Amino acid sequence: MLKVKDLRAEINGKEILKGINLEVNAGEVHAIMGPNGSGKSTLSMVLAGNPAYTPTGGEAIFCGENLLEMEPEVRSHKGIFLGFQYPVEIPGVSMVNFMRAAVNARRKYLGEPPMSASDFLKLMREKRAVVDLDNKLASRSVNEGFSGGEKKRNEIFQMAVLEPKLSILDETDSGLDIDALRIVAGGVNKLKSADNATIVITHYQRLLDYIKPDFVHILYKGRIVKTGGPDLALELEERGYDWIKEQSGNE
Amino acid sequence: MMAMGALRQYIDLFRDHRDLIDSNSAPLINALRPAALEALGGGALPALGSEDYTVTDLEAILAPDFGLNLAKVPVDVDPRQAFHCGVPRVSTCMGFMLNDTFVGPSDRQELPDGVLFMSLRKAAEEHPELIAPYYGKLADLQNPVVALNTLLAQDGLLLYVPDGVKVEKPLQMVDVMDFGMPLMAVRRMLVVLGRGAEARLLVCDHTQRADLDFLSLQTVEIFAGEDSLFDLYDLEESTLLTSRLSALYLEQQRGSKVLLDGITLYNGRTRNEYYCRFAGRDAELNLLGMGIEDGRRVLDTHSVVRHEVGGCHTDELFKYVVDDEARGSFAGRVYVAPGASGTTAYQANRNIVGGDKARMYSKPQLEIYNDDVKCSHGTAIGQLDPMQLFYMRTRGIAEAEAKLLLKQAFMADVIDRVSLPGLKERLHALVERRFNGCDASCASCRDASSRNPEN
Repeated sequence: MLKVKDLRAEINGKEILKGINLEVNAGEVHAIMGPNGSGKSTLSMVLAGNPAYTPTGGEAIFCGENLLEMEPEVRSHKGIFLGFQYPVEIPGVSMVNFMRAAVNARRKYLGEPPMSASDFLKLMREKRAVVDLDNKLASRSVNEGFSGGEKKRNEIFQMAVLEPKLSILDETDSGLDIDALRIVAGGVNKLKSADNATIVITHYQRLLDYIKPDFVHILYKGRIVKTGGPDLALELEERGYDWIKEQSGNE
Repeated sequence: MMAMGALRQYIDLFRDHRDLIDSNSAPLINALRPAALEALGGGALPALGSEDYTVTDLEAILAPDFGLNLAKVPVDVDPRQAFHCGVPRVSTCMGFMLNDTFVGPSDRQELPDGVLFMSLRKAAEEHPELIAPYYGKLADLQNPVVALNTLLAQDGLLLYVPDGVKVEKPLQMVDVMDFGMPLMAVRRMLVVLGRGAEARLLVCDHTQRADLDFLSLQTVEIFAGEDSLFDLYDLEESTLLTSRLSALYLEQQRGSKVLLDGITLYNGRTRNEYYCRFAGRDAELNLLGMGIEDGRRVLDTHSVVRHEVGGCHTDELFKYVVDDEARGSFAGRVYVAPGASGTTAYQANRNIVGGDKARMYSKPQLEIYNDDVKCSHGTAIGQLDPMQLFYMRTRGIAEAEAKLLLKQAFMADVIDRVSLPGLKERLHALVERRFNGCDASCASCRDASSRNPEN
């Protein structure tokens, strides 16, 4: 589904990604872990197409197409979803208008007419249930005045509505208490299928108790320095990142 | 020097046609012309770039050889027919102004006894005793726009609400600019609210012909009596070739509450001046405005609020979106006199500027001679937030659509302060249509109006 080869990227002239290699297939869950500043969020931004980041080398092929050439909205239409570490507040744009715009943009891309009001409301109701999101948030501005947990649930709600092929969840666990974490992780697990894939970016092993990864990658200084199974995350939890730093420092 | 030329032609016109002007107006209106002529003096105008005229070039605006319909020759247009744009018919009481001639309120019977919503000229002839204490008493002839208006004005709108009378139905005044050649319309508006009187007025400025130069020269005087309540929504939907020079003067007595909202959706070159004065305690003013400027449009807002007595409250908010090569300017001054203790005054101007060639000038000013006040002012000029844009695009919303939503959202708070039933919703729709790039002419907004069962 996704093949990343020697991907390099910079922001403001500073190279952050220094040759990423990653392959994700349908049905898989990949965890990307690593210390602060290793490039985890940058990788998610580059894959989603944030114009502030400039890819400078390598490639990212998604379902046979060059991802790096696509506008962010086209990536979304093709099935990429980014769950933000810090969901953006948009005062003045209500959740319901935002979601209607998103749903109808996708339908327009697919050559379908806009969704009827009743179908849309039904869809919202159905998807809210995935993460137990309060209906009252629908009339509020996007993420404005949402609690930390509500923001993250809102991300998974949007993921549920858009039904992406590949979801990249950037530190979805940060700022969540254990109950919220359970709900969010539960939402992700409900949406998991043999046809889609998930990249979970996280700092801690904690989230991986709830979302079981098939592969764990360790990102350090812009490169994936180690790949393993779920055990690798446990090992990190036990030993910290220092041994990784030492190992890759010695390379 | 050319700088003397623009005004000169109108002074000469006045001298040559004074009888014609006077005979097509009322004695009370004519009586102020000599003072206006004297105030205009040699015909010098503030130059572009001078203090308070950062983006408005009065010389250039007045330079074209506009016609004036001094003889009040009937124009073969029925504004009630010509006008069918997507503006809310929120009122059953609608008046029309064709260029600068009042052509009648729709239904007199809707108004409570004693309320006058009529031609200013006719009112000045029929009820001079009502008009005399007010006409020309606030507007300052030292302001060249006011002096020129006073020199040439023949008609306009009078809204008179006697003591204790509440006009429940909102009033609507539709100004239509329609003439076969470039025209200057010289309009006057006089609003008098007695003690405890209440009224709300929506003024819609339209230009029917997009291919000709028009100038609307407007002077507004509003007297808000004790404990009165008045809302004025002033909506401009004109054309690129239309200029508008408007000077509004407001005086508020004790306990009065006034809302002024200047909404510029489509225009050419506009300068809106607001001069507001508190004459009695415990009065409240909401001074609002928004402008959407693109192409080479110009919008200039100049406001002065004078707290001469204590205990009054001002809340001022102006928001602009300036794109392409458009220029915007906001200059706002709030003055608090030495004795005006217990004043609260908030002023804000926020702007989104897109594109390298768009320009926005903002000059917020507080002038406070008193310690016992709560005042603040602020200005912000920025661009659309790139993270908000990116967030929306990751949800599949195209960049253009995302920008549209963000610009609409930017205007949301100023629109939400509209209290006229139906107007708020309609404005949200009009602003959406505006940002979508639809043009102001009726043909292009048929889609929007067809969704409105009232149209």
